Amino acid sequence: MTDKKKNTAFLIVQDNEDARPIIEAVEQDNPEASIQYEPGMVRMECEGSLIVKQETVEALIGRDWDVQELHLVLISLAGNVDEDDEKFELSWG
Amino acid sequence: MSIEISAKAITPIRLSYGNLIERFGDKRPPSRYQEAVYDVQPTAHFHYRPLWDKEHEIYDTSRTAIVMEDWYSFADPRQYYYGTYTIARSKQQEVAEHNYSFVEKRALLDDLPEEVRQSVRDILIPLRHIEWGANMNNCQIDAMGYGTTICSVAMFNAMDRLGMAQYISRIGLLLDGNETTSLDAAKKDWMEAPEWQGLRHAVEDMFVLEDWFELMVAQNIALDGLLFPLFWDRFERKLSENGGGTIAMLTEFMSDWYKETVRWTNALVKVTAAESTANNELLSEWVQKWVTRLSEAIAPVATKAFGPDGVSELNEVKEELLARLGKQGLSV
Amino acid sequence: MAAKKLNLRKRYELLTRGMGWETSYQKMDDVFPYDTFEGIKITDWDKWEDPFRLTMDAYWKFQAEKEKKLYAIIDSFAQNNGQTNLADASYLSAIKLFITGVTPLEYAAHHGFSHLGRHFRGEGARIACQMQAIDELRHAQTQIHTISHYNKHFTGLHNPFHQSDRVWYLSVPKSFGEDALTAGPFEFITSISFAFEYVLTNLLFVPFMSGAAYNGDMATTTFGFSAQSDESRHMTLGLEIIKFMVEQHEDNLPIIQRWIDKHFWRAYRVLALVSAMQDYMLTNTPMSWKEAWDIYFVENGGALFEDLGRYGLKMPKHHELATAEAEHLSHQVWSVFCALGNATGFHTFEPSEEKMAWLSEKYPNTFDKYYRPRFELWKRQKAEGTFEYLASLPQLCQVCQIPMIFTEVETDPMQISFRNTKYKGDNYHFCSDGCKDVFENEPEKYVQAWLPVHQIFQGNCGGATVPEVLEWYKFQPEDGGDYFDSLDYRRWQEWHGNAEAAKTGS
Repeated sequence: MTDKKKNTAFLIVQDNEDARPIIEAVEQDNPEASIQYEPGMVRMECEGSLIVKQETVEALIGRDWDVQELHLVLISLAGNVDEDDEKFELSWG
Repeated sequence: MSIEISAKAITPIRLSYGNLIERFGDKRPPSRYQEAVYDVQPTAHFHYRPLWDKEHEIYDTSRTAIVMEDWYSFADPRQYYYGTYTIARSKQQEVAEHNYSFVEKRALLDDLPEEVRQSVRDILIPLRHIEWGANMNNCQIDAMGYGTTICSVAMFNAMDRLGMAQYISRIGLLLDGNETTSLDAAKKDWMEAPEWQGLRHAVEDMFVLEDWFELMVAQNIALDGLLFPLFWDRFERKLSENGGGTIAMLTEFMSDWYKETVRWTNALVKVTAAESTANNELLSEWVQKWVTRLSEAIAPVATKAFGPDGVSELNEVKEELLARLGKQGLSV
Repeated sequence: MAAKKLNLRKRYELLTRGMGWETSYQKMDDVFPYDTFEGIKITDWDKWEDPFRLTMDAYWKFQAEKEKKLYAIIDSFAQNNGQTNLADASYLSAIKLFITGVTPLEYAAHHGFSHLGRHFRGEGARIACQMQAIDELRHAQTQIHTISHYNKHFTGLHNPFHQSDRVWYLSVPKSFGEDALTAGPFEFITSISFAFEYVLTNLLFVPFMSGAAYNGDMATTTFGFSAQSDESRHMTLGLEIIKFMVEQHEDNLPIIQRWIDKHFWRAYRVLALVSAMQDYMLTNTPMSWKEAWDIYFVENGGALFEDLGRYGLKMPKHHELATAEAEHLSHQVWSVFCALGNATGFHTFEPSEEKMAWLSEKYPNTFDKYYRPRFELWKRQKAEGTFEYLASLPQLCQVCQIPMIFTEVETDPMQISFRNTKYKGDNYHFCSDGCKDVFENEPEKYVQAWLPVHQIFQGNCGGATVPEVLEWYKFQPEDGGDYFDSLDYRRWQEWHGNAEAAKTGS
């Protein structure tokens, strides 16, 4: 099973100003992720797991960012969710 | 193309949904409240009987003994639909959040006289369980009730009660520097202390009431009508007089909430009682039954809270409640 | 004293657990009477883990934020007559089907989750269900508000809730919702949160809403995406509840698998309506039903079930058939609506030349071979004035309640798929093995179905003639029929300065 390709975790957010830093943070923290712009929305996907880190978003916007603010722009996701104060992570086992 | 033509071309073909035209005419567009609540619930041609209640349809007027010609006779005076509801609560929570942070940052509860701290532990913190029960009961009213104007309000009320249970829990955590000492003690009191058992017994009996409208009366009219004025108003003032003014910053949500909520319970009682003598008698009987039982159940807690004045404080609150319900047309 | 720092997880736990108690004046089984009869065994509700940890204050804050944004857009859309910027007025057929078919389902979900929000024994699960209950109310109400402006300018949107209880094709979503509502709480949540929300709802909301954006429908895109932010929480609840149930007791697995099989198939049949919205009603389509199916079911659903494999759960029964049908589904559904277009609350139309070219490209194995000829024939007949709508009422499947339009796609795609079974001396008809299986597992339930066509024949729907039935539906004369003969078409032409077309129709 070791070289088997893992399933794709994805996060889809609205294509708007509030989502920009999140998308940028995902690009920084998940170099493998593919980012697709579709009408009205942005789909970010990555093999195995995908993470949004509070620290990265905060560095991009220069203010405190509550991970739960992600809810304001979220459209869809796939993977098991792990949310805490510092990160929002999706993964397949 | 000239502007007039295009303006003429964009004349609406109707101003409202058909059900609202039937109810209110088509002279003016309906409010968002009206659009959001009227006639949304299905009323006919149910496909299957619930496996969990084969005696009733999914939505069934016979789950209560109250009879209404039109279950949409009642309207929420606050005109809450989801948007107006969440925006109103969001403003209140912003104030509450500010107050809680302020109290926490300056550790203001540490400066309270020890008797006040103990009173909060003994009287206010156990009320989180009552709010939790109220959350369940309002959820039940939504799930068993009939008509979106009533059910949606019960849903909002259920979430309010969860919110208030959480605020009370935070007061407990603030008292103990985020340890659960007060919360644990309050739970123990709620489960075991003799003065709380009458209330817990009543709340558990509400959990198994078959008639959702009776539950509405027991919870939202009788219990709230006694408990909120007594503890979130009168008792809070007593704490302030004894140097516990800071507590008022943490209970403002509850007292504001109750002032607001009385508007819809009043309207509900008024409309339901005016529908028929039978409804009026039934409501009056339920009020009588639950106000009597609940005042007896609250009496030992009132005495604990107010000392020898407890019973008279409770009686005043009870008289106010009955007078208010009398004004809505009940014979109590 | 210095306060201990609480992280999100711990804080949430303290604010959602321990408020409930083991009742002693009433038996717990009387307080929670509904959560055992289905046979699901829960040994420890405390093992329930919340994937999202929203306390009420945070919920109010974030949701109010979303609502403010949404209503600002709805207001500005109405003030600026945003409906004139759509790709075409024929697009509205999708919105008509949406508010009559989907919005009532949102309300049904609201009702079901408030029932669970009271009646699950576990505190954490109850709170999660309550949040979903209020969210679903939100979705119903924001949809009514968004579509309200369209109702002022287009036909067929004026009585969604009356119609949901009566109209022949709307019994498809209604009976699905009621199937779940009448089941026990664990089956309900498996149906709505898992089979519908997790496995299939992306097919409705993601490509369709993206499609709305593609067709200039800012209002629908906005409520759709705004609802999806809640939907993400709901989907996650669906996955959590499945994992929770199978981890609690090994006896739960076969029960859950049976529910997954059933509700996957039920929900998939409801989405047959969405396939026609996607491929035919959207003027410009960013993604075909088949493409959406491949991404959101075959790929994502596959990943999901691979992950669930460690619990012993398998892909839902008949999923291969659903995938094989993906090349046929939208064409078959749109065909039946066109053939019965005098009895629909939205306009039907044959696809334009451009659209047919697109369909040929997206469906290279099926469109030209099986479906293009019938649309071309109808188009010709309409031009010659010889077109006639179907004179007879279709037979409906006893379970999904869709007319018998599906075919043997794996063997002979021109052969209608008929199944039947006898129960207590009566014969029952089905569109597929999937629906037949559902019936045979619970015949007592499905014999109760209120089948619109049977009801018309029995005289329970306003009368024996089509106009009487349509009046009983509260369809107005200008609601149905061909788009190019419609008031919507004429007004659209007027708005866009095409006076000739506005007067005469096409």
